[in-house]
Amino acid sequence: MPNRRTVMSGLAATVGAGFARSAEAPAGTPPGAPPPAADVPTLTIGYIHWWHDVETISLIFAPASDNGRAGAEVGVADNNTTGRFLHQNFALECIAVRTEQDPVAALNTLIGKGIRLVVTDRPAPDVLKLAEAGAPHGVTMFNAGAPDDAIREENCRANLIHTAPSNAMLADALAQYLIWKRWPRWFLAFGEGADDLLLADAYRRAAKIFGARIVVERQYKAAAGSRETDSGLIDLQKQLPVFTQDAPEYDVLVCADQHSIFADYLPYRTWDARPVAGSAGLVPTSWDPNSTEFGGKQMQDRFVAYAHRFMTALDMNSWVAVRMIGTAASYAQSLDPDKIMNYMRSPDFQLGAYRGLSLSIRSWNGQVRQAILLSDSGRAVVSMSPQPGFLHEVTVLDTLGTDKPETACKLPAGQKT
Amino acid sequence: MTADVIAGFRSDHPSPVIAGFRRDHPPAVIARSRRDRSNLVREDVLPSVRMLDRGCFVATLLAMTRGVTVTCGVFLVLTLVALAPAHAYTAYASNEKDNTISVIDLDKTQVVKTVPTGQRPRGMALTSDGKRLLICLGDSNRIDIFDTSTWQVTGSIDTPDPEYAALRAPENNPLYVSNENNALITVWNIDTQKLLVQMPTGVEPEGMAVSPDGQLIINTTETTNMAQFFSYATGKNLANVLVPPRPRWAAFTHDGSQVWVSSELGGTVTVIDTRTFKILDTIHFEVEGLRSTFIQPVGIDITDDDKLAFVALGPANRVAVVSVPEHKVLSYVATGQSVYNATVKKYLLVGQRPWHLAFTPDGKYLLSANGLSNDVSVIRVADLRVINTIPVGQQPWMILVSPH
Repeated sequence: MPNRRTVMSGLAATVGAGFARSAEAPAGTPPGAPPPAADVPTLTIGYIHWWHDVETISLIFAPASDNGRAGAEVGVADNNTTGRFLHQNFALECIAVRTEQDPVAALNTLIGKGIRLVVTDRPAPDVLKLAEAGAPHGVTMFNAGAPDDAIREENCRANLIHTAPSNAMLADALAQYLIWKRWPRWFLAFGEGADDLLLADAYRRAAKIFGARIVVERQYKAAAGSRETDSGLIDLQKQLPVFTQDAPEYDVLVCADQHSIFADYLPYRTWDARPVAGSAGLVPTSWDPNSTEFGGKQMQDRFVAYAHRFMTALDMNSWVAVRMIGTAASYAQSLDPDKIMNYMRSPDFQLGAYRGLSLSIRSWNGQVRQAILLSDSGRAVVSMSPQPGFLHEVTVLDTLGTDKPETACKLPAGQKT
Repeated sequence: MTADVIAGFRSDHPSPVIAGFRRDHPPAVIARSRRDRSNLVREDVLPSVRMLDRGCFVATLLAMTRGVTVTCGVFLVLTLVALAPAHAYTAYASNEKDNTISVIDLDKTQVVKTVPTGQRPRGMALTSDGKRLLICLGDSNRIDIFDTSTWQVTGSIDTPDPEYAALRAPENNPLYVSNENNALITVWNIDTQKLLVQMPTGVEPEGMAVSPDGQLIINTTETTNMAQFFSYATGKNLANVLVPPRPRWAAFTHDGSQVWVSSELGGTVTVIDTRTFKILDTIHFEVEGLRSTFIQPVGIDITDDDKLAFVALGPANRVAVVSVPEHKVLSYVATGQSVYNATVKKYLLVGQRPWHLAFTPDGKYLLSANGLSNDVSVIRVADLRVINTIPVGQQPWMILVSPH
């Protein structure tokens, strides 16, 4: 994500890299890391990258071409920083696949190279295809990008781990905060995309669980010509108040817009003076470049020094996938994918990922449980959910998303993720 | 007269010290003390209380000369605050968020000086004579050396993102610094501020410690879960011990036979034999009514006689007391609790997220730096009670006590 604070990121990169990164270190090597010895065994992790252009209302949030992949690369570097002491080495084999191309061909290439742990940021239908194609070859897929609940629930797969938070987790994280804030009356605005409808469903579910009330729902129909035209701002200034006019009394406008069509136009333009949350305004996310708590500053610094840009949620999800593999490998003291996955799925497994409570895998659907940041989309982290007071008999992290008793994921016995 | 007025705070100021003060020296106790003076010479009362007799005398004199009828008890409380300290121990708290060091007079139990520093002061080290305080300034990418009498910076070490620093005693050299962003330990001569050597580590080196005999250096790598041992003599990596997630801090027993490593996310303390580098034990913590995920051990301090270890449990708002010989948790001292303040009519939450600890040189008191409530708790070791709470700057991170 190119950012308006490029000067700062450049500076941080100089400071980070100037000290110890040796000139001969290959790309992806952490600062200070010597190259591994020749006799150290290597585990190569696959990455199937979705090569596509993303248009966003906000220029600074237009994703960089290595969005997600850079997170995995920093993860591999982090794995190797430890690996050099434990005689383990990690590498990343990345294949970029255009939207219209078949990702399964890329997976077959990776399988041909003996790779069995593969991260992807492709959308949900592709994630399922990849998991199915990989299953006979003992491949475990890590879903870093798709938030769709269905691939975790009714369409779940035993060889699929989701480091991306689900729509339900994101909606629950926001709902908890809005309830804590005593803003229970919501205006729900959603877009026309199929995944906007899924996200809107997640907000409806969250409202029900946490005691919010959706007092009005409206679908935004994208009108041509409102993006980046000379008269755009004036048009928007007229359109958005009308879109939100005549609403019953509400506390907060919650919007579901997965493709940056209209949500960022809502703040300051609603008919009533109300805060905006969801896809714009207060955004639930697995990472924010402003997050510095729980040691997060180090992650941000390390990422900026490596990628020369700020770290996105997708970078974090990929980093988590690669670090889960690395952490399980160091505790299992093995680079064997089966041993790694066994450890990762054991109750002992925990990963620190700069959000206070450690991350681990939900046994019932392969979802990685994690705290969710609430970001004001650019300037600061406002809060982190789970919110105080929302309790759970096992871990408060399971107050976010689909819990064990509610899961629709049915896997044959012995195939629980 | 209410306690907060006595302490000189505005009544609308929701300062935790009010709560601490009230709990420790409520006026009622002082009044009772007048009748029963034997109460006053209890060993465990803070030193200034012993001056009460004289205080009462002065107060009475004052009252007589002014011709005002004031009870001695009230003046006693006033003098209690104002009297000169007996020990004059000084503590230093690094305030991560507002870029300052709070200099705390432990007898006055208040901050007597706030020293501005570079950005993000966290780890600190003090020379054995107490004259130089080294402060890791993570975001300024340097360590400043302060003269503790003048508070002038007498030297600087330029090093990226220093988090923790440990001095080899008693020479006060070299200085071992964990450079968190660079996966390095850098080793410095603090007199010349020259880099001696650098040692690669795992991701995010954190806790740094030097064994009592100065031969063994330990570092914990926060993100990649290792306790890493290095030899002082050769600088070589001797062993890497995998411990539960996010190891933060390492403390040697004073006999040097063991090192205790806290795991913030693992919620454990791992006891490692310093000769064999084998794990002797893993200590778990359980607090009734508290989810295990909120128990995040960070700072460990072990008493000089190697009998008790105190472990700061972060968001659990408690300090655990552990028997060192038995590796067994004896009790938990709550640093965080709601205290009702009658004047501001509010429950004040004090002492949240204790991270680092420090003993007073006499071993009688233990201080905890509470990052989320911006204060320092004073724990009396004899009866394991929090006896006072001192407000400091924003997000206090580490605390040290001057040997003098």
